[in-house]
Amino acid sequence: MKGEIAVELKNVRFAWEQEIVLELERFEVRQGEKLFVGGPSGSGKSSLLSLLSGVAQPTSGSLELLGKNLSSMSNSQRDVFRADHVGYIFQMFNLIPFLSVLENVTLPLRFSNRRSARVSDAKAEGLRLLRHLGMEEFIERRVIDLSVGQQQRVAAARALIGGPEIVLADEPTSALDETNSRVFVDLLFQECEDTGATLIFVSHDSSLAERFDRSYILGGEEL
Amino acid sequence: MSPYSLSVKSMKHRMDSVMITVVSLALGVALLLGVERIRNEARYGFTNTISETDLIVGARSGSVSLLLSSIFHIGNVTDNVSWETYQKIERNPQVAWTIPLSLGDSHKGYTVLGTKNGYFAHYKYGQKRSLEMAEGKVLGDTYDAVLGAEVAEELGYGIGQQIVLAHGSGELSFVEHSENPFTVVGVLKRTGTPIDQTVHVSLEGIEAIHLDFNNGEGHVHHAGCNHASHKKEASSIDAFDALLAGDEEVDLTPTEITAFLVGMKSRSDAVMLQRAINVHDGEALTAVLPGVALTELWQVVGVIEKILFVVSILVLFVSLASMFGALMMSIKERRREIAILRSVGARPRHIVSLVLGEAMLVTLSAIILGAVLLYIALFALRPVIQERVGMWIEITPPTSTEWAMLGIIFCAGVVIALLPAWRCYRSSLSDGLTIKL
Repeated sequence: MKGEIAVELKNVRFAWEQEIVLELERFEVRQGEKLFVGGPSGSGKSSLLSLLSGVAQPTSGSLELLGKNLSSMSNSQRDVFRADHVGYIFQMFNLIPFLSVLENVTLPLRFSNRRSARVSDAKAEGLRLLRHLGMEEFIERRVIDLSVGQQQRVAAARALIGGPEIVLADEPTSALDETNSRVFVDLLFQECEDTGATLIFVSHDSSLAERFDRSYILGGEEL
Repeated sequence: MSPYSLSVKSMKHRMDSVMITVVSLALGVALLLGVERIRNEARYGFTNTISETDLIVGARSGSVSLLLSSIFHIGNVTDNVSWETYQKIERNPQVAWTIPLSLGDSHKGYTVLGTKNGYFAHYKYGQKRSLEMAEGKVLGDTYDAVLGAEVAEELGYGIGQQIVLAHGSGELSFVEHSENPFTVVGVLKRTGTPIDQTVHVSLEGIEAIHLDFNNGEGHVHHAGCNHASHKKEASSIDAFDALLAGDEEVDLTPTEITAFLVGMKSRSDAVMLQRAINVHDGEALTAVLPGVALTELWQVVGVIEKILFVVSILVLFVSLASMFGALMMSIKERRREIAILRSVGARPRHIVSLVLGEAMLVTLSAIILGAVLLYIALFALRPVIQERVGMWIEITPPTSTEWAMLGIIFCAGVVIALLPAWRCYRSSLSDGLTIKL
């Protein structure tokens, strides 16, 4: 459904301990769009991610994801909404060390009926995604024996399994070198295009920005 | 992969610290159960120092002091029971058997008890356990002695050993009946009762040495001694001569004894006989029901039991506190894990159930391990305890009290996990998905 509004923030203000850390008059992302969000530290990048993932609520203004108003939901409704519609990639330490690579990838299916319903065979789908991301030969490895780049790819597979509409990435390349960053971003793009997922990629590394459909710099102007 | 397996896998990952928690809690559980067992056995053993005996009869005194002097051999006897009265009660048709007890002498600090062979046949302790001979036989001759297990072991005596009795109780008794040594003819098996510290001789033996003593040294009254023999005067020289001459006719029938035990034909008659003796117009006597007096005495000495129990509860408390500490540490270590689970859609209640699930698993494994440890220890130590203390510990499945204790421990484990779980819930909300490490 490319072209429809996936994320819409209007006049959003977010205050943390009485101090306004984020103020957005208008922030829109279309379905299938790949948006780069940049900005210096303290510009509110992580606050924006907290709002988009439904962990924090705006102090004022409206926040709609996939046409649903998150502010009007209860905490547990927001949790269910995130489990069903949002894939999340951390900066690093994305994986649970005591689970296998495949168990890590299929983890979201345990918490979302909607996403597990879309996958007929969890194991097969996990393997397919890992294969796509070039992780075929590492499936049997223990999570802690993987390199950071490999771990981030497993995290990407996990964020994408079950086809969530929105993928949020919180500085996923900050622990990677330039080559690995490029490879990772390419793979992520490819997978998001395959599933039609909207990608919101937060990073301070503005050199990556040009490869995205659009970028949004917090604490500054929209490019 | 169920939520349960997630908890188990997480614990496996932290195996070392989880094991330490489980083992320390298990030791606490084993200790509590062990103390509970020993405490019950001790109370049972104590209140069954004497069993199957329906009445203890002695000169008028309090029930506890009669019990102390006649069974535990503690304290001095102030008054005696006349032989006539003893025989009168013995002849009562309701009475099945009686055992006379005569105290007042000692051997190297151990009590000497003058009695009859009926003692070895009728005296019972614990759960109707009879006295058993470790070696040798019961009393036969006037100067035969049967030793309690501890006396034989401590003094290194065996069959055939000659022993000299001292007058009065206590180790510093210098007046010895050295003219008439006794010969050890038997040693009893350990009972865990004061019998282990007793030298048993015949009533006649006690009479004989006192006849001799009175004649040789004149009448001297000694502390702790209230033997009737001292009061025999007129015929004693003749009797002594007769004794030396080996005359069988010499009268060694005692005129008084310290106390005696009574077994009834029908147990229900005991209370009636007790009342009859206690209100008896003639000689001032006291009859006590051993079970009642023992329970009364236990209430005095049983404080130690309560202290033991309190100590074991404190130990368990410390183990639970260490589990609490371990849980608090683990949720700190697991903040990353929790953030990841939150990011893939786990709700706070999932996180809380992980913490509670872990506490339940840890407590449950600790309870099982603790119980296993206890039974292993019981089986391993039972022969040693039997040999050293004379206490035979019955190995039975957990009693209802013990099940209740285990239930309380389990609940305590879960309750203790509530705070870490709540902390986890709170931090999973406030940390959200971002975590600053």
